[in-house]
Amino acid sequence: MTTIPDKSSYDLKDVANRSKLFYGNGLPHINPALLQGKLIVVEGSDGSGRSSQIALLRDWLERLGYATLNVGLKRSTLVGPELEEAKQGNVLSPTTLSLFYATDFADQLENKIIPALRSGFIVLADRYIYTLMARDIVRGADPEWIRSVYSIALVPDAVFYLAVSPRILAERNFQKNAMLDYWESGMDIQRSGDMFECFISYQRMIQKEFRAMQALYDFETINGNRSIRTISQELKAKTEFILRPQPLQIQEGAIM
Amino acid sequence: MAFTSTNKELSGRLIAVEGLDGSGKSTQIYLLKRWLELEGYKVFFTEWNSSAIVKNATKKGKKRQLLTPTTFSLIHSTDFADRYERQILPVLHAGYLVLADRYFYTAFARDVVRGCDREWIRKLYSYARSPDVTFFFNVPLDIALSRILDGRPRLKYHEAGMDLGFSSDLYESFKIFQGHIYEEYLRMVDEFSFIKIDATKPPDVQQQGVRNLLQERIDLPRYK
Repeated sequence: MTTIPDKSSYDLKDVANRSKLFYGNGLPHINPALLQGKLIVVEGSDGSGRSSQIALLRDWLERLGYATLNVGLKRSTLVGPELEEAKQGNVLSPTTLSLFYATDFADQLENKIIPALRSGFIVLADRYIYTLMARDIVRGADPEWIRSVYSIALVPDAVFYLAVSPRILAERNFQKNAMLDYWESGMDIQRSGDMFECFISYQRMIQKEFRAMQALYDFETINGNRSIRTISQELKAKTEFILRPQPLQIQEGAIM
Repeated sequence: MAFTSTNKELSGRLIAVEGLDGSGKSTQIYLLKRWLELEGYKVFFTEWNSSAIVKNATKKGKKRQLLTPTTFSLIHSTDFADRYERQILPVLHAGYLVLADRYFYTAFARDVVRGCDREWIRKLYSYARSPDVTFFFNVPLDIALSRILDGRPRLKYHEAGMDLGFSSDLYESFKIFQGHIYEEYLRMVDEFSFIKIDATKPPDVQQQGVRNLLQERIDLPRYK
């Protein structure tokens, strides 16, 4: 199964006009070429500034008159609450949890993302399949299997990955929640009881996976160590590029 | 393969039965289980769709008709994974004969009829080990249908394939749906080396055949 679309099959330079694609054979009964809107994904760990950036991007888009929709993990009607519950007690085995997340994702893809894109909305996704895949791979999942599971996903128009050094992430989490999150510290897979140590090493593992995925899934790494305002300006500029057709003299490197 | 390797040699053996509703497969696997138990073998029995954890979500989705072919497929795979990792795999490690009343082939047949990609669905379940022996209870479609429908049972929405829009009549929809499932099963006979059992024969004749075939394929004395 082709999980990564052949880049020569569409014109990379023409991001504003290119039609939607699935990573693999896609979803039954859905023609991605009919989807008019744009799908913009912001990826990053907790504390990377993801939510702030999405809120700013949304304000900006709405001021310009674009209709937007926010989606994120564990927000499906179908299994969102059950998934949240299952995460509280460590009762599900890894494959089960992984497929539970995939169900949550698929429900939102089919019942929220695709209908919104069909109506020409800008869909802002607070994380997408990449976080889900990275988490599973660091837990020992077969990368080929998990990529195949998520071959139902639409290829976004842009993926912004906010890379923040693990130490800064830890500090931001301390400031915000006064403690580190169990799952974001990978406590389920580590031997050390020191949560800070676990957090740092787990975040390094996740970042390593993101770097590995970057080669396969065309996304932009944004230096998230900078100020909210600076990052926001960069994201707006990059988003603008997707929304409006551009002359063709733009360097290929700018979007690769 | 997902988190655990399916290649690892497990001492247990997995025996699955597949076939249409009304093919008599549940009766046959029950008789097989009784025989193995009474002979003193280590037997574990498992059924399709019986896990508690994701039952709520399945129920909610079915009731509110929220499910699409893909989410229907994924939620059943989640349910199966839970049962597989917590029940089936441990007992296979422990050296049991595991009898499965339906296995992932049921999902392959139903989900493909619902429109899922054949390759995707096979890969989705690749974390689970393939059965050592799969008996396919083959019965002509009209016989299976009359066995099920003669009593005019209450058919459930998804069971009748109503989500596919074949017909607005529950019974008509069920017939068309089962017909497509039957075609998918027939495609899989060679692909997965099913052992075909003629399910029009009397139950005791079928059972004798099943027992003989099992003895030929599995070294049963190892499982006492």
